[in-house]
Amino acid sequence: MNIHAIRAIYLFELARTWRTIMQSIASPVISTSLYFVVFGSAIGSRMTEIDGISYGAFIVPGLIMLALMTESIFNASFGIYMPKFSGTIYEILSAPISYVEIVIGYVGAAATKSIILGLLILATAQFFVSFEVEHPLWMLTFLTLTAITFSLFGFIIGVWADGFEKLQVIPMMIITPLTFLGGSFYSISMLPPLWQKITLLNPVVYLIDGFRWSFYSTSNINLIVSLGMTLTFLAICIAIVWWIFRTGYGLKN
Amino acid sequence: MQPVISVKDLTKTYASGFVALKDINLQIQRGEIFALLGPNGAGKTTLINIICGIVNPTHGRVTADGHDIITDYRAARSRIGLVPQELSTDSFETVLSAVKFSRGLFGKAPNQTYIEKILCDLSLWDKRNDKIMTLSGGMKRRVMIAKALSHEPQILFLDEPSAGVDVELRHDMWEMVRGLRTSGVTIILTTHYIEEAEEMADRIGIIHKGEIILVEDKAKLMDKLGKRQLTLHLQSPLERIPVDLTQYPLELSVDGSQLTYTFSTRGEQTEISDLFQRLAQHGIGFKDLESSQSSLEDIFVNLVSERV
Repeated sequence: MNIHAIRAIYLFELARTWRTIMQSIASPVISTSLYFVVFGSAIGSRMTEIDGISYGAFIVPGLIMLALMTESIFNASFGIYMPKFSGTIYEILSAPISYVEIVIGYVGAAATKSIILGLLILATAQFFVSFEVEHPLWMLTFLTLTAITFSLFGFIIGVWADGFEKLQVIPMMIITPLTFLGGSFYSISMLPPLWQKITLLNPVVYLIDGFRWSFYSTSNINLIVSLGMTLTFLAICIAIVWWIFRTGYGLKN
Repeated sequence: MQPVISVKDLTKTYASGFVALKDINLQIQRGEIFALLGPNGAGKTTLINIICGIVNPTHGRVTADGHDIITDYRAARSRIGLVPQELSTDSFETVLSAVKFSRGLFGKAPNQTYIEKILCDLSLWDKRNDKIMTLSGGMKRRVMIAKALSHEPQILFLDEPSAGVDVELRHDMWEMVRGLRTSGVTIILTTHYIEEAEEMADRIGIIHKGEIILVEDKAKLMDKLGKRQLTLHLQSPLERIPVDLTQYPLELSVDGSQLTYTFSTRGEQTEISDLFQRLAQHGIGFKDLESSQSSLEDIFVNLVSERV
């Protein structure tokens, strides 16, 4: 294994985070804090508890997931798209590095950034609401799996995109709505029966529900089902990335 | 001796159906400077990109230092450095971090001493902490060379290295290339500046419409296909060339004031003294003479135009 190459890509990508710390870290943390202020404090104070949890505390896992998914996709898609855009992809493709190593470097860096961001938001949330994480290991498991899965998904988008618009369109038009409708701000048990069934078609529901269980031991969906759906999405992303490298799609002519 | 690069029956057809390379067979010898010449769209960059792993071949086999570029790509690619035609750089990175990144990418452990030497050799050491976006085009080209050399390659591809480079840097680069060759690096360059190939190359390959139409030792090529011309400025204009002089390859200018004799660069030129004697016998005197020799560019243009 070309450890030096993985390290080079990983550190190169992380370096971009520190270079653009306002955009990479500060901006999502501030945005999430605003969610806490608006939804948690202003609106939440007028809402009843959900499943025995104060509304402010209830939305913490959902907000972390929202930031985790969008930032994972953004970091990974941008990471692989920029070399394509600037032409420096030639260096990656001509290096003695396997596809697996390329993915570890880019996706590993993107996932690392997202996990750091998720933990920062978790720490920030403590300033606004009172809560405890009842299953920290499960919380870290869901956090890590989601970060890796959505970073892989972002990597796929970055390879597929041939312009900045395409880079934005899937996160903006699909992922953000799915996250908002996936129970970030409400419990799916609050929906009418028909919509409860329809909402189960949204894969993000399982990620948020499983993640929320790790905080409060309450969930609408069985933990194993949530974990299984997360792993299924991960497997699908791995299969697509494998196909990209096997065919050279979007990377090699 | 085993060639350092071996290309066998290489074909590339793009998804659009465009055939960029047709059954290319080529061998590059270790330690030589090989210049690949060809007009735009001839297939030079496609060939280089396939050897370096950037483009997938449609058919054929390529080895680098005996290692197949597909089945043994790690060994093959670790021996190759590439300076592409386009100035593709990470604009926001500093020179030093960009070069270090390239070394790591090619699987080499950090080596501050070696990186410092490369940057000094390319006059980049003073700029090591500058962001690449602040550098001039010529300096960016140097950065790309430094990146390509960062992992100590045995084979260096220079794709149009002089594009957009001023005369001084071009000459510096030629010196650097010669120095690399002396240290045992094999250099393959493509260029539009035929002067560059004439100046540096040991062997010349000419590619046209995806086919290699000629591979030859530069000196032999110049000798074989090169022509010399001797032009005599006559004292009195001639109406026509005397009949018994038509055995010589002579050409009279339209106004009859110049007589041009074209001959090969090969062999001894005893024919010239014979010609002078015969001219004297006919009372044809000349007041001045000049000679010229065809350049590699003339040879290249002739070869390519013959194919069109």
